[in-house]
Amino acid sequence: MAKKKESYIISTLVEHKPGVLYQVSNMFRRRGFNIETITVGESEQRGLARMTITINGDEKTVEQVVKQLNKLIDVVKVSILDPETTVTRELALIRINTPNAAVRSDVINYTEIFKGRVVDVAHDSLLVEMTGDSDKITAFIELMKTFGVKEIARTGITALPRGMRSTKLE
Amino acid sequence: MTRMSGAEALVEALKKQKVNVIFGIPGGATIPIYDVLYDTGDIRHILMRHEQCAAHAADGYARASGKIGVCMATSGPGATNLVTGIANAYMDSSPIVAFTGQVPRSLIGKDAFQETDIVGIATPITKYAFQVLKASEIPQIVKKAFYIASSGRPGPVLVDLPKDTQVEVDEIDFDDDIEIPGYRPNYEPHPIQVEKAADLLANAERPVIISGGGVIASGASSELVAIAELLLAPVATTLMGKGSIPENHPLSLGLLGMHGTIASNLIASDADVLLAVGMRFSDRTTGNVEKFCPNAKIIHIDIDTAEIGKNLEPSIPIVADAKRALKALYERLSKIFKKKDRSAWMNRIEDLKRQHEEMSEKSGVSPPRLMKELRKLLPAEAIITTEVGQNQMWAALYLKAYKPRTFISSGGLGTMGFGFPASLGAKVACPDVPVVDIAGDGSFLMTEQDLASSVTEKIPVIVIIMDNRFLGMVAQWQRLFYDRRYSSINLGKTPDFVKLAEAFGAQGIYAGSLSEFKKAVQTALKSDVTTVIDVPISSEENVFPMVPPGEEITKIIKG
Repeated sequence: MAKKKESYIISTLVEHKPGVLYQVSNMFRRRGFNIETITVGESEQRGLARMTITINGDEKTVEQVVKQLNKLIDVVKVSILDPETTVTRELALIRINTPNAAVRSDVINYTEIFKGRVVDVAHDSLLVEMTGDSDKITAFIELMKTFGVKEIARTGITALPRGMRSTKLE
Repeated sequence: MTRMSGAEALVEALKKQKVNVIFGIPGGATIPIYDVLYDTGDIRHILMRHEQCAAHAADGYARASGKIGVCMATSGPGATNLVTGIANAYMDSSPIVAFTGQVPRSLIGKDAFQETDIVGIATPITKYAFQVLKASEIPQIVKKAFYIASSGRPGPVLVDLPKDTQVEVDEIDFDDDIEIPGYRPNYEPHPIQVEKAADLLANAERPVIISGGGVIASGASSELVAIAELLLAPVATTLMGKGSIPENHPLSLGLLGMHGTIASNLIASDADVLLAVGMRFSDRTTGNVEKFCPNAKIIHIDIDTAEIGKNLEPSIPIVADAKRALKALYERLSKIFKKKDRSAWMNRIEDLKRQHEEMSEKSGVSPPRLMKELRKLLPAEAIITTEVGQNQMWAALYLKAYKPRTFISSGGLGTMGFGFPASLGAKVACPDVPVVDIAGDGSFLMTEQDLASSVTEKIPVIVIIMDNRFLGMVAQWQRLFYDRRYSSINLGKTPDFVKLAEAFGAQGIYAGSLSEFKKAVQTALKSDVTTVIDVPISSEENVFPMVPPGEEITKIIKG
């Protein structure tokens, strides 16, 4: 029976100090797990950073990932976020070819429909900032390919659970 | 608060951890520490001849004593030479703390002379790797290092000390408590899991125990034997678990797995309930893991959560210290277990054990015979270390261990060259018992230079080389699975091990027959200098029983 692969979001609190990202990414590499996206930034707690990692795998793999993450001494807390009850966001910067006024106005229209923002203008291109869930960003990029996408920078997913479900340390 | 240098703080912190021996080699980046050690009577520094040996000796010390082994090396090549030893300790969960010198802080990242990123290198093979950033944090880091190394699932920790942090003078505080929020090993078994496990065991028809290194690490042998005796459950051991039950105990089955005994492999495979304690279902133990003990419900006790379900999904996991878990299990079982008649099963076990004994009844200088004769000459508390390969498996199969911590072998990493330096560490830890390294000629040549430290530091051990002039285990695989195409395994006639030993000031004895061998061991046991006994064996000799790699463990080749 083929194991069902799914996307999982893992939220971790880690010691905010040099070398921790290396420990985490090196553990993934050495155990043969794959990181889809990873975002790191300060958390609400002093001295702790939040790493949000998305991986694609079956349930058993994810269980092992969580255990191996927990085993790392600088990883303080690990939670798997349920996609149903989680707010996920990604930010992307996309530079789009706009060789003439017609294209330019099309791109601006689409950007508005997608609730993005034009953040930089050059004579033959526009730089669009887009936030939202990853599917929306991917859809926008697909659409823009008809005009020609010059550059893309995506942050990867960051996420927190809705309501009272907390990933904080008790 | 006391004003002192980082090097003084380090030595003081080591004293507070009750360290009384360090295995090491000084170098440019550790001279300030050695300058302090020069005046420190309470800590014995044992000057090794290769850093790999320093790490293995610390490992052997730790395994023989149950205390933390300490090794030290300079930056760059000194540090990288430790790597094999650290990886070895990591795979076998042995508590060592390795200190390395590092180039001064201002030169880190500049590719300075003898700079290497040892923290980066050591991260995947340690429980944790620290780098000291200022002298004042040394006491805290040392406390953390020793706590991490010895608690939970034990393992190696590295502390990297830039040279200028050793020299830097600052106000040093030794009293601060340590706090490691991301590290909380769980020792207590969950009572519900214990209850479930006890129910399963109490109702089992053919319960079998697999005992691993965790039983020895947590000092749980008597608890293990008590459960085995209560249930009349036979005990198979992993290589790391050898010695956790006396191997002359009627319920002891011996080694399990690729080179498992016939009794271990067949009886375990036939179990309806397996109690696996302090072991990790390594490929060498399970063979084909999909077909491992197919009819058994498995209870897995381990202190490392990440081991649960990593290689094999148990029916009942218990994350806890082996000793506490077994104690709780025993208490529960003694209330609910009703004695069962297992006489037919016990007879079968006896029968299979007899088959194993008969395999070693070959005449002449056969390795199994050597191991049996050696056992008769040694006291029960003698410590055996092994190299890796055929020698190791002969020792594991035919040299019975009677007590925990008396059989020390490189199980996970399989490091040729481990046994001899480990024997030095074990002898330092237990100076009053004989320590014997069971070696092959190939393995011994990987670390033989430390005959020098053994002689100059007066650490007398016995090395028994089963000398086939081959890389014997590779030859065995080539013989069995590669149509005898002996590729690069012939080591030739060099060296003369007797002369080699003598060149170092050790004693060398050639033993060409069984009676010469016995005499040589007796001479060695009385010697106050290390003795190397060179015993020629046939290069065509195989270690049996053996299960071909990847096969299920019932597919035993008996030879």
